[in-house]
Amino acid sequence: MTPLASTRAVARAAGGGFAHGRGRSVVAILAIASGVALAYAVELVNRSAVSELVSGLAVLSGTSDLEVRGPGAGFDERIYPRLAQDPDVAAASPVLEVRATVAGRDDPLTIYGVDVFRASAITPALIPAPDRREDALRGDVLFPSPAARRWLGVATGDRVQVRAAGRALALRVAGTAGETAGARAGAARYAIMDIAAVQRDFDRLGRISRVDLRLREGADRGEVVRRLQRWLPPGVVATPPSAARDASAEASRAYRVNLDVLALVALVTGAMLVFATQTLSLARRRQSLALLRTLGLARRRLVAFIVAESAWLGIAGSIAGLALGYGVAGIAVRHFGPDLGGGYFGDESVPLRFDPIVALAMALLGTAAAIAGGLAPALEAASVAPASALRASDPDARWGRRGEPWRRNLAAVLGVVAAVAAAALPQVGGLPVAGYASIALLLAAAIAAMPSLARAAVSLLPMPGPGAGRLALLHLRAIPGRTAVSLAAMVTSVALMVSMAIMVASFRDSFEAWLAVMLPADLYVRASPAETGVLTADEQQRMRALGGAARIEFSRSTKILLDPGKPPVALLARDVDPRHPAARLALIGPSVDPSAGPPPAWVSEVLADERGLTVGSVLDVPLAGERVPFTIAGVWRDYARPQGAIVVERSRFEALTGDTSVNEAAIWIDRGTDPGEVRRELLRQLPADAGTTVISAGDLRRRSLGVFDRTFAVTYALEAASVAIGLVALSASLVAQTVARRREFGMLRHLGLTRRQLARMLAFEGGATGAIGTVTGLGVGLAISVVLIEVVNPQSFHWTIDFVLPWRGLLLLAAALVALSALTGWASSRGATRSDAVRAVRDDW
Amino acid sequence: MLAAGLASLAGLPFARRVGAALTPSDARTAIAYPDARTGAPLAFPADFGAHPQYRVEWWYVTGWIDRPTYGFQVTFFRVRPGIAEDNPSRFAPRQLLFAHAALADPALGRLRVAERAAREGFGLAGANEGPTHAWIGSWSLVQEGAEYLTAVRAPDFSFDFALARTQPVLVEGDGGVSRKGPDPDETSGYYSEPQLAVHGTLAVGGRSRNVEGAAWLDHEWSSDYLARGAVGWDWTGVNFEDGGALMAFRIRDAAGAPVWAGGTLRDASGRRTTFGPADIAFTPLHRWTSPRTRVEYPIAMHIRAGGLEATLEPLFDDQELDARASVGTVYWEGAVRARLAGRDAGRGYLELTGYGAPLRL
Repeated sequence: MTPLASTRAVARAAGGGFAHGRGRSVVAILAIASGVALAYAVELVNRSAVSELVSGLAVLSGTSDLEVRGPGAGFDERIYPRLAQDPDVAAASPVLEVRATVAGRDDPLTIYGVDVFRASAITPALIPAPDRREDALRGDVLFPSPAARRWLGVATGDRVQVRAAGRALALRVAGTAGETAGARAGAARYAIMDIAAVQRDFDRLGRISRVDLRLREGADRGEVVRRLQRWLPPGVVATPPSAARDASAEASRAYRVNLDVLALVALVTGAMLVFATQTLSLARRRQSLALLRTLGLARRRLVAFIVAESAWLGIAGSIAGLALGYGVAGIAVRHFGPDLGGGYFGDESVPLRFDPIVALAMALLGTAAAIAGGLAPALEAASVAPASALRASDPDARWGRRGEPWRRNLAAVLGVVAAVAAAALPQVGGLPVAGYASIALLLAAAIAAMPSLARAAVSLLPMPGPGAGRLALLHLRAIPGRTAVSLAAMVTSVALMVSMAIMVASFRDSFEAWLAVMLPADLYVRASPAETGVLTADEQQRMRALGGAARIEFSRSTKILLDPGKPPVALLARDVDPRHPAARLALIGPSVDPSAGPPPAWVSEVLADERGLTVGSVLDVPLAGERVPFTIAGVWRDYARPQGAIVVERSRFEALTGDTSVNEAAIWIDRGTDPGEVRRELLRQLPADAGTTVISAGDLRRRSLGVFDRTFAVTYALEAASVAIGLVALSASLVAQTVARRREFGMLRHLGLTRRQLARMLAFEGGATGAIGTVTGLGVGLAISVVLIEVVNPQSFHWTIDFVLPWRGLLLLAAALVALSALTGWASSRGATRSDAVRAVRDDW
Repeated sequence: MLAAGLASLAGLPFARRVGAALTPSDARTAIAYPDARTGAPLAFPADFGAHPQYRVEWWYVTGWIDRPTYGFQVTFFRVRPGIAEDNPSRFAPRQLLFAHAALADPALGRLRVAERAAREGFGLAGANEGPTHAWIGSWSLVQEGAEYLTAVRAPDFSFDFALARTQPVLVEGDGGVSRKGPDPDETSGYYSEPQLAVHGTLAVGGRSRNVEGAAWLDHEWSSDYLARGAVGWDWTGVNFEDGGALMAFRIRDAAGAPVWAGGTLRDASGRRTTFGPADIAFTPLHRWTSPRTRVEYPIAMHIRAGGLEATLEPLFDDQELDARASVGTVYWEGAVRARLAGRDAGRGYLELTGYGAPLRL
């Protein structure tokens, strides 16, 4: 036989593989595609978001060597001349950043107040390009960036209604910001104004929020930072501009990796499906492949050709996946924002950036997964002695004999031990690497132990009386190896699905409980824009005078810098009673009475975990340029602020800072009064254009849960895909068996079994196999969920959630899976019994 | 001298925007600027300092350095744009400062230039009332007794000069009120300090040396400078070797005809003669076309001021300042030798504006 002829023969055999199982091949391709699509979409969205964020920040920090930044409320402007006069500073540019509510827009607009003379030396993006020269320094004009112009839908000369410090400003668009900063600035949404106008109109006289510094040539940056940091007030830090960029990009990393792992799960499931498809297809072609071997085809070449088949599945899946992923990414960015609901970036839309390297890597990953899935069946098919394969078509004999059971079981036990050990390991570089390893080990252990587990499970089943059930059970007992293989795919997908379901249910439960504690009042009033807006004295007065309001608590939120290299954390000044903090905060763990020592502060779990803060210890908080010691009186759970938060008593905050402004109010309503009526009355009283929101606790809760569900939409979608893939895998292996057992069915038909009986037998087999897979999957999934909740989650996000078993849903799911398995078995019998008995027996040559 | 102010605007990347703040149409309607005509006769030392009520003001130093020969120029320019006057912010741009420095380096064959701009405030930049004190960061012009001290730090040159008074102040125009156009409102407050003795250090090309020379200081303030229909002007200030000093200017319309002209001569004996439009004539002797901008300048001039006939010859041809990228104009500002009856008799500066395109203030 010439090599060419052999190639053709194998190619025909390979073609036969596709032709016979076209439906399942398509499903395998889809599984790979979904894995690749998800991984690619996650990567694409995140890269685009991060690069957008980083390039946006880079554009806005221009050519500065250092940035001096402070808390959200800004810092004393007199720091600026000291910086400007430092001998190592060549240029200093003060910036006052504010967020303004724009009429008709939900999102706030970031406005940078700049001194054009200073900015021109450092930050081209912060230079106004007025259409009329006389406008540059005017206080009543706005220079939106190109992106902001599009977003606002304005042209030069138009007026923009901006809400600032309780006043309405009509600013004239007098030109464009950052015209000279190049195309990269075009995507950033911001506007610039003269710094003096921002100070006055936004009630920030005397404050600035940043000073960009360019250093004298040859100045040692580290040395300058050390020198500046000696006199800069606490909470005001000098850092290279890249530090802030890295911190912002870093914050989302664990979230992205978690999504990546979900994508990997889809890929593993895809690989399992390729495995099942190939096993089935090779079982069908067993004799023709054996014939090729007898005709002189080398074993290695046969393996290569079969692997090539898997690779084709992988390549087709990967290509489809990339296209799908790009589309999904586009939709995801539009609907969930660039952080897929994670809350790490702003909510501005980002253009997707196509990166060929990433695309190629994803395609290779998909193909590798497919090859990995197809490798075992290929090796198995090639290792069969041609003569025996030609004679007998019983592949199960080999599967049953392969590997010593005790070895696999030992490996499984060791795997579980290693998984437990890995779960106890700390995070690596901010990522729960050991946690993921633990999950992988649990899965591997389950797969290794599957044959023994299946055998044990089958032997435990009571032997029914003569009939289809008995035949099925006898078959299952006789060849547990094959059953185990087909079960591995199912266990994997069921386990992952169950673990996700438990984790999400637990998180949702904890989230709901947290909302209930954090939202004790009936109505919530929030200034616009969120976080930086202020409820004016007039608005506060109207709230106090409101009929039907039993109690009002105001709160102030601002941002402070605890660490130079980290993003700012939230500082919340609230009416918390130090004796009963649990009435307002979702406290976890012990709390102390700080009546002796520094005043109390309650830190969020994220902050406590990241900084290793313990209850009773003292934390220095930079407030109004001073380092103020606080006793950590408790740690509270906070799912809202991923960068961390500190709560202090509002009275103390006001005494320390002199800042009496508030941005939120909680209103308790008299019993018997209709909250809806109070809300309507309040809305009537507040200025309509202020953008102030009044929302009932119930609506807020519903809205928050809506956001939560949207965030986990990706997870839900993946769960559904996982169930579907698991079922397809199960059906594929069942069909593989029925194909392999055509002789047996023929014989049974000869012996007088009706098609109905045969179908019942297969339905029973399917149901039993499904039950074993489901129960095992449930067990493994439970174990994985514990790892997810207790290890992966706290290590990724620094917050904890309480374990909740959604047993009703799980039971329902299990029942559905067993029923579907039985149904699949029954359906597979139709194909297997279609051919007549004579032909079926003749298959045995 | 106006061009000096413009020059300080010109080199700045954002001058196009800021310069606009000077447009009378915008500013005059918003606030009431005083005009020089209504001012009292000059009173020193108050008039050495800033006149923050006026729209524009400059202190303009030009001079020659001996051995080796350089021309130098440093200007501090104050603008009250008439905006943010009621804003309590310390950043409010009520007063803006611009500074411009140029070094005419014969070895290089063209000007080295640098500029600064800032809003007044935080002690980082300002122009004080009282004795002269204008500064932007490390650039400064300070009056101390009978001396002015000026410091300039540019990337490729820097200098620290003491400019010592050797003669009394030369009050220009009618008791310090200098007419700039046919409209009696078009005036400036104006005095000069000719024959200043220069001592100090000049660093250029990586080499710092002690130098000496002679300089001229102009201090002028106005709220309404440029006459309607004017496109530019020619100005010169000359220190004669015998101790005499001549200032002459003419303001031109689009056709090149004088809209207004004036000048002052103080001879070696100290006798002062004031010239009106009829007494002053500028006649181009030699024209030079810039290879960069294709603009043609009359870089050598014959000047008649009353009975005085002088010729001005440039230190070298290319003393053009190209500010088209920012202010949209280009002009010539250079060190010149003055000859009387064909004999070298003095040194000064010549300023030629509005030859490329009409100048707008």
